[in-house]
Amino acid sequence: MKKLLASTALLCALAMPGLAQDYTPDPAAKAGGSITVTYKDDVATLDPAIGYDWQNWSMIKSLFDGLMDYVPGTTTLRPGLAESYEISPDGLTYTFKLRPGVKFHNGREMTAEDVRYSLGRVTDPATQSPGAGFFGSIAGFDKAGPDGLSGVEVIDPLTVKITLSRPDATFLHVMALNFASVVPKEAVDAAAGDFGKMPVGTGAFKLQEWTLGQRLVFAKNADYWRAGVPYLDQVVFEVGQEPVVALLRLQNGEVDVPGDGIPPAKFTEVMADPAQAAQVVKGGQLHTGYITLNVGMAPFDKVEVRKAVNMAINKDRIVQIINGRAVTATQPLPPSMPGYTEGYAGYAFDVDAAKALLAEAGLADGFETDLYVMNTDPNPRIAQAIQQDLAAVGIKANIQSVASANVIEAGGAGTAPMVWSGGLGWIADFPDPSNFYGPILGCAGAAEGGWNWSKFCDEALDAKAVAADSLSDPAKSADRLALWSDIYQGIMEQAPWVPVFNEERYTLKSDRMGGADALYVDPVSIPVNYDYVFVK
Amino acid sequence: MVYVTRRLVQSALILLGVSFITFVLLFVLPADPVRQIAGRAATAATVENIRAQLGLDQPFLIQYGRYLLGLIQGDLGRSYLQKTEVAELIGSRLPATLLLMAAGIVAELILGLTMGIAAALYRGRALDQALMMTSFVTVSAPQFVVSLLLLYVFAVQLGWFPIGGYGTFAHLVLPAVTLGILGSGWYARMMRSSMIEVLRADYIRTARAKGLTRARVVLRHALPNAILPVIAMIGIDIGVFMGGIVVVESVFGWPGIGQLAWQAIQRVDIPIIMGVTLVSALAIVLGNLLADLIAPLIDPRIKLK
Repeated sequence: MKKLLASTALLCALAMPGLAQDYTPDPAAKAGGSITVTYKDDVATLDPAIGYDWQNWSMIKSLFDGLMDYVPGTTTLRPGLAESYEISPDGLTYTFKLRPGVKFHNGREMTAEDVRYSLGRVTDPATQSPGAGFFGSIAGFDKAGPDGLSGVEVIDPLTVKITLSRPDATFLHVMALNFASVVPKEAVDAAAGDFGKMPVGTGAFKLQEWTLGQRLVFAKNADYWRAGVPYLDQVVFEVGQEPVVALLRLQNGEVDVPGDGIPPAKFTEVMADPAQAAQVVKGGQLHTGYITLNVGMAPFDKVEVRKAVNMAINKDRIVQIINGRAVTATQPLPPSMPGYTEGYAGYAFDVDAAKALLAEAGLADGFETDLYVMNTDPNPRIAQAIQQDLAAVGIKANIQSVASANVIEAGGAGTAPMVWSGGLGWIADFPDPSNFYGPILGCAGAAEGGWNWSKFCDEALDAKAVAADSLSDPAKSADRLALWSDIYQGIMEQAPWVPVFNEERYTLKSDRMGGADALYVDPVSIPVNYDYVFVK
Repeated sequence: MVYVTRRLVQSALILLGVSFITFVLLFVLPADPVRQIAGRAATAATVENIRAQLGLDQPFLIQYGRYLLGLIQGDLGRSYLQKTEVAELIGSRLPATLLLMAAGIVAELILGLTMGIAAALYRGRALDQALMMTSFVTVSAPQFVVSLLLLYVFAVQLGWFPIGGYGTFAHLVLPAVTLGILGSGWYARMMRSSMIEVLRADYIRTARAKGLTRARVVLRHALPNAILPVIAMIGIDIGVFMGGIVVVESVFGWPGIGQLAWQAIQRVDIPIIMGVTLVSALAIVLGNLLADLIAPLIDPRIKLK
């Protein structure tokens, strides 16, 4: 990451094609073939402005492109539909030069006007995009409406200039989000509100067939602007398939990639069988599972109590409950995220110290509280482990095991003293430390209904976060990451969370699937990067 | 004719009641659909904007009134999360559900009638007792357990059928049998008593006295008379099945409206939940009406008033 930002420094005010490093094609890669991928949940939409689910995230990435993109299997930015870009010295103006000759699936050439339209569409409140908030730094965002954003200007058919209202060091990442995908206006209009079922993009694949609730077929886009990809002729997605069923079908040779990975109940069995274990792919994930402690509710308003809870939790045991599919966490950021503080010890498991802190807070006899948790396995089991750990220091936690929407509601309303984030936990939208702050630890997210379930709000840390994200000069990226590291350590001093673990992903692929393992656990094209995998 | 009109008016009132109760339940639900739409990073302003666009900031009666107004015009609304017309979503999945229900009815008739006839013929003997015990079990067994058992034994262990999914006749067998097992117990008991009653009738004794074989008496003389009142129950089954499909479709990955409802419930997608509930209620109401209309055709002693 540092390497990337340092290299972009050279690009300042100087248009240059390409970034520091790009993808080296796999020499073994072969074109052709069709694969079958399964998912448990139905695909709700393929509209890039709306889709925000596990199953449709990388599907949308394969149908659409944005101005920016990532090197496959990594978190390294590279240009997408933009051939090059310039950043003004004050960090407020980004001028993107578009790639000429890029065609939408309907055959029309993509232009700067499409970029303007697409950014206006995603931020228009009428679109109801769950990603609209990411574009808050573009000038005119507050007045976003059907006429588009005033900060996005078309200079000529292949040049678009975006003006920001404040420096935003994450802006290039934002331009690589699915929500920033470029869509053709005529196709959106023709779909009359159903663009999510009739998507038209510039991506490596186009939607060929969709039988609602059953299957989708993606066909190779022969005119794709990136040479050589995709390798596959076709990807068939079958939805409504339980992960256990998908696993059995994989062993039967009917499925190539079970999109939901290895079901927890089958994990030990799969890993114990050498034939199956050989098909397993493991990868990191920008994820943290945490317990929120509501600082607005007694006794969690006392920092000693919050620290005591941090010390009371046996994280190793919780990791064992999920068969070791995670590493224990000491801080909010996951280890593979830039800005992670190496060597930060956090709060070690220490029952006596926890009891001492509780006594200091005048709660030597403990207290009773509620722990909210989503009611799908393994979360209730994890909640039981937390409950036992708390009981050991005298805290009686009643488990409220409810549906995900109800956990979100209780957390957002601030009526939940403790929430275990499992199943709802934060997976980064883009690989940058700021993505773990604003909505879940900052003051903005602490408002009624926000995702900051601790209701933790420290004005000083908020100011520091703003300062960090204003350091958009790539030359200062190291300073910026240091600042973020400070912010997260500052948060841990006040202990509004118990960071418990960082999940690792374990998935499977059939023997005939080729391509680097990283493509099957892609940190950005979650869960699989369909554009670069191939059939051996 | 007057009877049919009156029943149709009653049906409409029942549907109105169902829509009202469902709407109230969804209104008081401690989960906010707008949060699901707005996403985790949304600002309070975005959330309120979406709430206003969907009319969810309005008082309950206005929200319900708007929904009814749409409903009268045949508009079930658009899914909050999929943005697609609910009517289209239900329409695309209804054929799979109807197929499964039809197959379920066939399965329960085959199982139930066979059990009932056999029990009647061997009344009071061990086979009768065993079959009636079985019918108790099938009526009480939770479908979730039955479906997993069938899946494990016949698909995973024996490999006779595919492990869930949709498309061929083989895919249909296990979910249909799961649905059918529940009803088969009722049919077995109904068929048994009906058969016993008929076998005691004078014309059966006459037929036997004529020297006809036992098989011919049972198949040609007793069965057609005994089966009619049982068949009249099929309309009522539709209601029973509507409850079962949510479970069965989810377990077998059957792409019908039960699965659609289950996924919508998890995401608080209110228009879909309302739509599926109303379609199911409509099916139940029509099924009962059909059962009542068929009854006098089968047995002229029944008069519709």
